[in-house]
Amino acid sequence: MSNVKSKKLSLTQQEYKEFAKVRVPNRPVLTNCIRAFIAGGIICTIGQGVQWMFMTYFGFTEVTAGNPTVAVLIMLSVLLTGLGVYDHIAQWAGAGSAVPVTGFANTVASAAIEHRTEGYVLGVGGNMFKLAGPVIAYGVFSAFIVALVKITVQALGGI
Amino acid sequence: MLKGHQTWVFDSKPVIRAAAAVGGPFEAKGALADDFDILHEDVWLGQDSFEKAEKKLLEQACEKAIDKAGMKKEDIQFLLSGDLMDQIISSSFAARTLGMPYVGIFGACSTSMLGLALAALLVNSGAAENALAAASSHNVAAEKQFRYPTEYGGQKPPTAQWTVTGAGAALVSRDGEGQRVTAATIGRVIDMGISDPFNMGAAMAPAAVDTIQAHLRDLKREPEYYDLIATGDLGRVGHRIAGDLLKKHDIIIPPEILTDCGILIYKEEQPVLAGGSGCACSAMVTYGHFLKRMQKGELSRILVVATGALLSPLSYQQKESIPCIAHAVSIEREQGSI
Repeated sequence: MSNVKSKKLSLTQQEYKEFAKVRVPNRPVLTNCIRAFIAGGIICTIGQGVQWMFMTYFGFTEVTAGNPTVAVLIMLSVLLTGLGVYDHIAQWAGAGSAVPVTGFANTVASAAIEHRTEGYVLGVGGNMFKLAGPVIAYGVFSAFIVALVKITVQALGGI
Repeated sequence: MLKGHQTWVFDSKPVIRAAAAVGGPFEAKGALADDFDILHEDVWLGQDSFEKAEKKLLEQACEKAIDKAGMKKEDIQFLLSGDLMDQIISSSFAARTLGMPYVGIFGACSTSMLGLALAALLVNSGAAENALAAASSHNVAAEKQFRYPTEYGGQKPPTAQWTVTGAGAALVSRDGEGQRVTAATIGRVIDMGISDPFNMGAAMAPAAVDTIQAHLRDLKREPEYYDLIATGDLGRVGHRIAGDLLKKHDIIIPPEILTDCGILIYKEEQPVLAGGSGCACSAMVTYGHFLKRMQKGELSRILVVATGALLSPLSYQQKESIPCIAHAVSIEREQGSI
């Protein structure tokens, strides 16, 4: 991909790209990975704690506790987004706060808050899924493909 | 007037009779807060949208500059203003409030010096006695338009920059006292193939270098002619690249002369990654900080090279590279020898 793109650039442009590349600070990939591991781990541990709480005090089973647990995490994430804290956590945590369900809730809530000034219909309604939309669209699509594969394999007498 | 290829020399040396800089809460905590005229605690400025808040910043900067000059709106013939919003709404809406004959301009973050150059041109040619040049940007409004929602938790790379919330205005007059606009170089659009909107510094650096080179060539000047050559908003990353690029082109500018408004405006410990950006960055630093330093006698000749990235949210989604531009304006002290 990047090679295809580089071919379109003129010689001077390619030369500059190399010139600039060595002068640009790199993304701290290793640090980011470690931070993501820690932050993601903490979020999942909180989730686990919430699940135990539902199972111990509210009589849920391991299966039925899933939904209320996710709901609590989503609410926490939306609350932190509304209070303007989540983006600061995310700048430190990176993928750690983006990958869990809390990151997904943050994309929806942040877009909804941002476009409040354009009204409830065109603003909040129209933009709420601006960032989450692709995740839903391609998530559902890949689930569909995987299901098709499974059905085909089963129909052919597999698994 | 026209000297060399792309430089205007203003024979009548129009005066910056008054200038004003207005900033937001983050700028109030910055390194140059004392030099700004009005600082706001709240990014909303009591308005119900960020777009309105930006318009308000611009209005206040214009009104303050007019007020400081002891003039009335009616004394000013033209307002030249621009910003980063789609269809430059902040400028047009502020012009609606101010009720002055208005020229809307767009040069992305280079708008500040584009406006100052054009205002000086109008005054120098006799097309205006007094012209007001203004520019604004608003962090949240710009993030909303160009990037992601403010509260979205996306991690930004160390090359990203922080859009300055604020506005700057300069009143350029035929008569009066103040620093003088002596020359301006209008830049070419330079595209070196950088397409990462989180690395504007690297994208804009070649444009700044091209304009500095053209300016020095057209006027047959050495960099040492100036006490300060300040790029608009290259930030730490672009500043370093520009410095090295100049050296590569055999233009040696001493490090104490070459600086960048995007580095100056914030304190080291503020979480702005590579530095400040936006129309207001160069406008506030020039109209607030540099002019005050000139007044105090610390600087006698400066060259402000405002840099702009001429991209749109659409163009980068379509994988276009970022065309950039830079405009340079030379400001000299009244007593300074010419």
